[in-house]
Formats: sequence, structure tokens, C-alpha cells
Amino acid sequence: MVEIPVPGLESTSTRRFRTPRWQRWISPIVILLLWQLADTLHVVNEQIVPAPSTVFLAWHEWFLGSRSALSWSSGTWLPDTLLSVRRVAIGFAIAACLGIPLGLMIGWSRKVADLAGPLVQILRPIPITAWLPFAAAIFGIRESAAIFLISFGAFFPIVVSCVSGAEQVPLTLIRAARMLGTPRHKLLWRVALPSALPFIVAGLRLGLSLSWMLVIVAEMLAVKGGLGYAMWSAYEYLRMDYVIVAMFTLAVLGTLTDRGLVLLTSRLLHWSHRPIEQHP
Amino acid sequence: MSSGAIFCERLSKRYFDRSARRKFAAVADLSLSVDPREFVAVLGPSGCGKTTFLNLIAGFERPSAGRVLVDGKTIAGPGPDRGVVFQDYALFPWLDVLHNVAFGLKEAGHPSPKEHARGVLQSVGLGGIDRRYPHELSGGMRQRVALARVLAIDPPILLMDEPFAAVDLQTRAVLQRELQELWLRTRKTIVFVTHGVDEAILLADRIVVLTSAPARIKAVLTVDLDRPRDPSAPAFSRYRTKIATLLEEDAD
Repeated sequence: MVEIPVPGLESTSTRRFRTPRWQRWISPIVILLLWQLADTLHVVNEQIVPAPSTVFLAWHEWFLGSRSALSWSSGTWLPDTLLSVRRVAIGFAIAACLGIPLGLMIGWSRKVADLAGPLVQILRPIPITAWLPFAAAIFGIRESAAIFLISFGAFFPIVVSCVSGAEQVPLTLIRAARMLGTPRHKLLWRVALPSALPFIVAGLRLGLSLSWMLVIVAEMLAVKGGLGYAMWSAYEYLRMDYVIVAMFTLAVLGTLTDRGLVLLTSRLLHWSHRPIEQHP
Repeated sequence: MSSGAIFCERLSKRYFDRSARRKFAAVADLSLSVDPREFVAVLGPSGCGKTTFLNLIAGFERPSAGRVLVDGKTIAGPGPDRGVVFQDYALFPWLDVLHNVAFGLKEAGHPSPKEHARGVLQSVGLGGIDRRYPHELSGGMRQRVALARVLAIDPPILLMDEPFAAVDLQTRAVLQRELQELWLRTRKTIVFVTHGVDEAILLADRIVVLTSAPARIKAVLTVDLDRPRDPSAPAFSRYRTKIATLLEEDAD
């Protein structure tokens, strides 16, 4: 028997070396430099794509500028951001509080599935933004319209995930618990809930990212204040530098809240084999 | 104090087979009496209905006809008087070893479940793995923990469904020896489902050979060999030959 070297195989060991951390910054920095260069050389219209330096100055003013009645934006970055965060927090919390128990019950009990399942199935395909006219008509341009839209939107992925979570509980685990003395009515709490945790967390993450999307939609179209409202106002004044600041803010907030959720739940999930982390 | 006598009275179990659109009998008219402290092996080809038979005794499934009596009382469902050891261990993956073993004690309202569970783990030689999770353990270790979990609630009856089928040969031999020692020490009633002929002869007082679906009793053999048993002994081989003949008659 002759060992034939397979091309590519010998390189697998070298591939395991991790790229040094600083190399991960290369692509964003290159993009940033190209972007700045494009503006300096007037390759792009600065009105529409302002340079990174302009964007930074805009953020500086939006964040630290003195607040005045004359300016729509000076110094309002933090209050705008906090307002959006507040809306997401309340809407997402409502969605989680209603979605987790309902989803688990639908997945667990035939009776609840027959009662509530069809309603969820009918409502779910309607794009959540299609509820916007109703949200505005019922709640007016008030806080509750945004909260309604966010909680209603985040509710569905959470419910759907929790249904699958409760449905996949292995039969032998239920039998094991019954054999060890768990009464039937406590199975949901003792077995189904912990077994469904990875699914619940996956649903919460989907719901959270949807919440960020919906807060912007609601603020652009229905309610006053917040990052989405500021973005739309900036667009109307053709201040695209502010729009870009808002976009970056959202990227950071989305990442931070998702990381936070993963971190908070990781202690509960370390037993799970299922890949919860999705690396890009 | 219950003693662990099992009586199966004309047990039948029929399922509706959706693909064939007809009823399918898994167990038919099966009567069996197991004495307290007896070790009975249930032997049959794969898919013959022996697991269904065990599930009926465990109370996981309701018989279509007949009934199961434990110490003279008809069972109404699963319960901590019949500890079950599953082929796939069925440990709760979100609980560490200690909490898996303490699970049944908590359900029973034991005043100090964790301390007691720790004691049980020590007694079966599993000290020091309290904080490990099932996925961190080998198959053999998982099955030891699963056994400790039922021993913690001290049931008079152990029902074991091919418990060593998923572990490697060496580990299986060790687990078989440990089970034998355990049974000699605690004298629980054991119903042990297996498709391993040697395993049945090695462990059991009596071997119930089942026919293929539906499961009926084909033969009941009393194994009259001193323990520990030697699979290479001529007497052991005679049992092996006899059972092999019985099983062959039934194979298609």
C-alpha cells in the first residue's frame, strides 16, 4: 500500500492557525479609506454619500451639540437612542411574556393547539408592517402604536420557535420523568420547558432583531421621536450624514442587545449541543 | 412495603398501522408471572414486540386487553414503584449528574434529595462526577447514572429495556457484572429485555422467549446455573443451543 498525498489535505493543519486579531480590522479599514478617498476625489456625490469624516462630525454635533429650539438635531442623539431602546425593550418584553407561554402550550397540548394554532397560522403570513395602518388608526401617533407593532411583530417568531421547542421534547424524557414520579400536570414545567430552552432562545433572538427593524419602521411612519424619526427628518433635510450615524447606531445596538441576550442565556444553555451561536 | 411481584394477565396491545390501514398486533394474549426478587430476561428478535411488552408493564402504554398487576393491584400508569432503565439512557441533558439522580427524590418530597443522591452515587462507584453533564460522559457512564437515578428512589422493581445495547463490548461486560452484583445485593425484581442470548443466560433466573410480532410466549426456560456464570462452560452452551433453536424456528 502506497500512501498517496492528497492535495489540500496536508494544509488542513496549517489552516487551524487562527488569523491574528488585528487582521480582522483590515477589511473595514480598507473600506473606510476607499470611502473617504472617493469623497475627497469627488468620485461620489457628497450630498448623497458624505465622507466618513463628515459623518463623524455629524455624530459629534448630534451627540454633544447644545440643545436648542432652533435645531431639530443638535444634542439629541442620546435621547433619540434611548427612546428607541425603550420602545424595543417594552415591545420585546411584551412579546416574550406572551409568546413563550403561548408557544409552549400550543406545542405541548393538542387542545391548545386546536384552539389557538389556527389563529396563529392565519395571522402569521401577514407581513407585520401591513398592520401599520391599523396600528396608527387604533392607537394614533402615540407611543402605544410603536409598542403594539413591535410586540405583535416579535411575538410570531417567538411563538413559532416555542411551538417547535415543545413539540420536539423526546418521548423517553417524558416517560423517564413520569416513571420518577412527576405528575402529568407538572411535565410542562419540569421537562418541556428546560428541553425547549434552546428553541426559546433562538426565537427570542429572531424576535429581538425584528423588534429593531420594526421600531425604525414605526418611528419613520407613525410615532414621533427616536432614531427612526430622526433618520427620516434627516433625509428630508438631505442630511445623509445623520442617516449614516443612525445606521451605525442601530448596528451597534443590534449587536450589543443580541450579544447580551446570548450572554444572559448561555448559563442556561451550556448543556445544549445545538449550535446557538451563529458566527458570520 | 411492596415486594415487587408482577402479574401480566392476558395482555394484548394492538396499534393502528396508518400506512397499511389495518390493525397491527404487537403483543397478543401474553400471561406471565414474575416472583418478587426474581431476575427475568425477555428474549426475542428485534421488532418482536418485547419493548411494547415492557412499556405495558411500565405503564407507558395502555393494554388493548388484559391488565398488569403489581403486588396484586392493577397499575394505572407509570410510577416510582417500577424504575425503568432505557436503552438511550433518557438522562435529562439540562441537569448535571447530581440533579439527574436527585430528580425522583425531589418528586417524592425527600427532605434532602441532593445529599441522598450524593450517597447513592458514592455507593455505585460514581463519586466525583456530580457536576458533570450527560453529554460529557461516555455511554457506559451515562447508563450507570441512569441506573443510579432509579436506585435513588429505591423501587422494588427494575424494568430494563436493552440497557447495554448501545455500549461497546468491554463496557457491556463490566455493566453486566455490576448489574449482577447489584441484583445480588439489593434483590430487586428485574425484567430485562434483550436480544442478546448470552446476556440473558448470563444474568437471568428465567428466560422468556417471545415469538415475533405479535409477541406471544414461545417458551420459558429456567436457567439452573450457579452465579457468576461462565459463558465458556458446556452447560452454558447447551442453553445457548436450545435458545438458538427456539429463535430460529421463528425467523422468516
